[in-house]
Amino acid sequence: MAKVLMKGNEAIGAAAIQAGCKYFFGYPITPQSELPEYMARELPKVGGVFLQAESEIAAINMVYGAAGAGARVMTSSSSPGISLKQEGISYIAGAELPCLIVNIMRGGPGLGSIQPSQTDYFQATRGGGNGDYRLVVYAPANIQEMVDLIIEGFDVADQYRNPVMILGDGMIGQMMEPVEFKPPKRREIPEKDWATTGTGGKRKPNIINSLYIAAEDLEAHNIKLQAKYKKIKENEVRVESYNIEDADVVISAYGTTARIAKTAIAKLESEGYKVGLIRPITLWPYPYDEFKKINPNCKGILTVEMNTGQMVDDVKIAVEGKFPVHFYGRTGGMVPTPEAIIENVKKICGGEI
Amino acid sequence: MEERIVIAGFGGQGVMALGQLLTFAGMTEDKSVSWLPSYGPEMRGGTANCNVIISSEAVGSPVVTESTSVIVMNRPSLDKFEKTIKSGGKLFINSSLIDRKSTREDIEVYYIPANEIANDLGNSRVANMVMLGAFLEATNVVKKSTILEKAFTAVFGENRAHLLPINKEALEKGAEIVRG
Amino acid sequence: MTIVFERTKGLTDVETHYCPGCTHGIIHRLVGEAMVELGVLDKAIGVAPVGCSVFAYNYFNCDMHEAAHGRAPAVATGIKRVHPENFVFTYQGDGDLASIGTAEIVHAAHRGEKISTIFVNNAIYGMTGGQMAPTTLVGQKATTAPGGRSEEHSGRPIKISEMLATIHGAKFVERVAVNTPANIRKAKKAIIECFKVQLEGKGFGIVEVLSTCPTNWGMTAPEAMKWLEDNMIPYYPLGNFRRPEEAE
Repeated sequence: MAKVLMKGNEAIGAAAIQAGCKYFFGYPITPQSELPEYMARELPKVGGVFLQAESEIAAINMVYGAAGAGARVMTSSSSPGISLKQEGISYIAGAELPCLIVNIMRGGPGLGSIQPSQTDYFQATRGGGNGDYRLVVYAPANIQEMVDLIIEGFDVADQYRNPVMILGDGMIGQMMEPVEFKPPKRREIPEKDWATTGTGGKRKPNIINSLYIAAEDLEAHNIKLQAKYKKIKENEVRVESYNIEDADVVISAYGTTARIAKTAIAKLESEGYKVGLIRPITLWPYPYDEFKKINPNCKGILTVEMNTGQMVDDVKIAVEGKFPVHFYGRTGGMVPTPEAIIENVKKICGGEI
Repeated sequence: MEERIVIAGFGGQGVMALGQLLTFAGMTEDKSVSWLPSYGPEMRGGTANCNVIISSEAVGSPVVTESTSVIVMNRPSLDKFEKTIKSGGKLFINSSLIDRKSTREDIEVYYIPANEIANDLGNSRVANMVMLGAFLEATNVVKKSTILEKAFTAVFGENRAHLLPINKEALEKGAEIVRG
Repeated sequence: MTIVFERTKGLTDVETHYCPGCTHGIIHRLVGEAMVELGVLDKAIGVAPVGCSVFAYNYFNCDMHEAAHGRAPAVATGIKRVHPENFVFTYQGDGDLASIGTAEIVHAAHRGEKISTIFVNNAIYGMTGGQMAPTTLVGQKATTAPGGRSEEHSGRPIKISEMLATIHGAKFVERVAVNTPANIRKAKKAIIECFKVQLEGKGFGIVEVLSTCPTNWGMTAPEAMKWLEDNMIPYYPLGNFRRPEEAE
């Protein structure tokens, strides 16, 4: 298929439909509203259902019902709305149901702003709702990658019976880039024989549930969840890295911030600096092992984010104290500039920080 | 090559569409492209702008902090973006609505009476295309034919194809101003 | 020997966790019987709430989905939109539906969602230990209203059926009680009629069932039945509030 020019939010919808998603439950919030608008327009054409819920809470619980009923289903929102969805996300993770959740992040806390941010890193990677659970979290850096990850993300969700989150920001949601819809490499997806479809008088009732009132049962359920998460950690880590074996400084950044870092790296290279990049594509599971490949004489790691330093914790875990870990970020909807990143890298090289 | 363009004006002056035309044309000519709009309250009656990057390499930051060209349709946009142009870059000023000159001496500045030309053509809404004509003549970032033959209907839809002739004329008039 | 009474196939053959004298058991049986009599058990998908009937998924003999507190109508919406040909119902208490889940129930009704809701109103939070509900009567004691509910402090109890009957998408709304054999028969009739509204694709239906909570009311079962009759029915009048033909 030829390349088309699409807005990020609309490309998400197109990718989801391409992946066979038939159901979308959502609620309007800037800067992601083009996505529910797109789904309202396009889903009925493929025999699907778009429903604007009365709240984000209702929307995620509709997703919970539809996922339990065996459907490919998704929702989307932006930061404050994602906070409201945490209850349902926890239930979905507890009941081990597949679905796709898109967070087009904006500034926080509270009502914050509508400008791009990455301030929901902790919320996305540490669970967000109550209980000991994980989401598979993808942080695409461009619209093509976002489309590819959405198409594969639905399969990942089905394969592991686990919610998958696409963590973007207002920038990737609002911008336009060329995109090509490629058929995904298909995974082996187990039959959804656990779904609520009506017994048809042919089997025992299926029950979708996250309640285990006996302590030993709930512990056993959690041990099972952890075994699944271990498998995901072993098989699903995604990372892009560049020139890290040879670098004097390695920048670690994800999503749109990583592409700003790339612009900075290109300029630094033209000036003779050796700068590497580790760009986690999965924020959970986190690519800790990639940091082991860094040049042992590297002077430091610079983590760049559109927040006040959230991924920096994971970078510190990853480098195991071998390198100093620095942070540069902008927040509140402010976007880091390549020039500021360059300045920070030069300071690390010069031993100033 | 990498063109980093800011297009700015009032909401309703067609600055977003102008950016999309350029972006689509760049894609059609096999360049790497990105289009990034301002969004939110400023879209509703305030100043709207978009950042367009057309590059022979993969696009890094989609945010234009140092621009190669700026197209401004109104005075607040000139005040805001004039300083972002890198030395040797180009500035396109809609002189119909902007009453001051550029203060920069290290860039090339073009004054285009876009609204007057558009009104003469009989449709004030093609002022953005007059600016685009001037921009393309001065920069050659993409071909005019790509804009007219491929991008126009892709961005505005087939049902606007009847507006193609007047838009073509607007492009030509803008180009003439630059040619002098 | 002739069998004159047997367990409905609509329920599973397990002991319930309900307290002695609680009327949830009666209401479960009515719902189970209604599904069997309408022939929809095989295509039924039920949604259990949070509250005393949290384990309802173990009792109804059909596919079940356990929802978060108050969200059953949203979960049921998701299920029904995926399986429009199935029979989808929620079973909710008054804390679940009338307090934390008001938005979900109002909007399920407002959309005319083709689901059926059994709303069990016993004027108290049972599972958490007798706290005040929005449905607790003025003067009625609760662990969070130790001096009895004060109208000045907490307002008057909310009348869900009357409220939902103002919403166009709610095509069947009836309040029943299960304190006497005659009322139980009326309750079953209402449940069947309500389920039919869904099966005929007409819209949302709800049956509010006035129920007892001897444990948290601090009464014997017969005392509770009498208290329901003397105190609840006068405030929450029984009867039908809406049939499809009236919803124009």
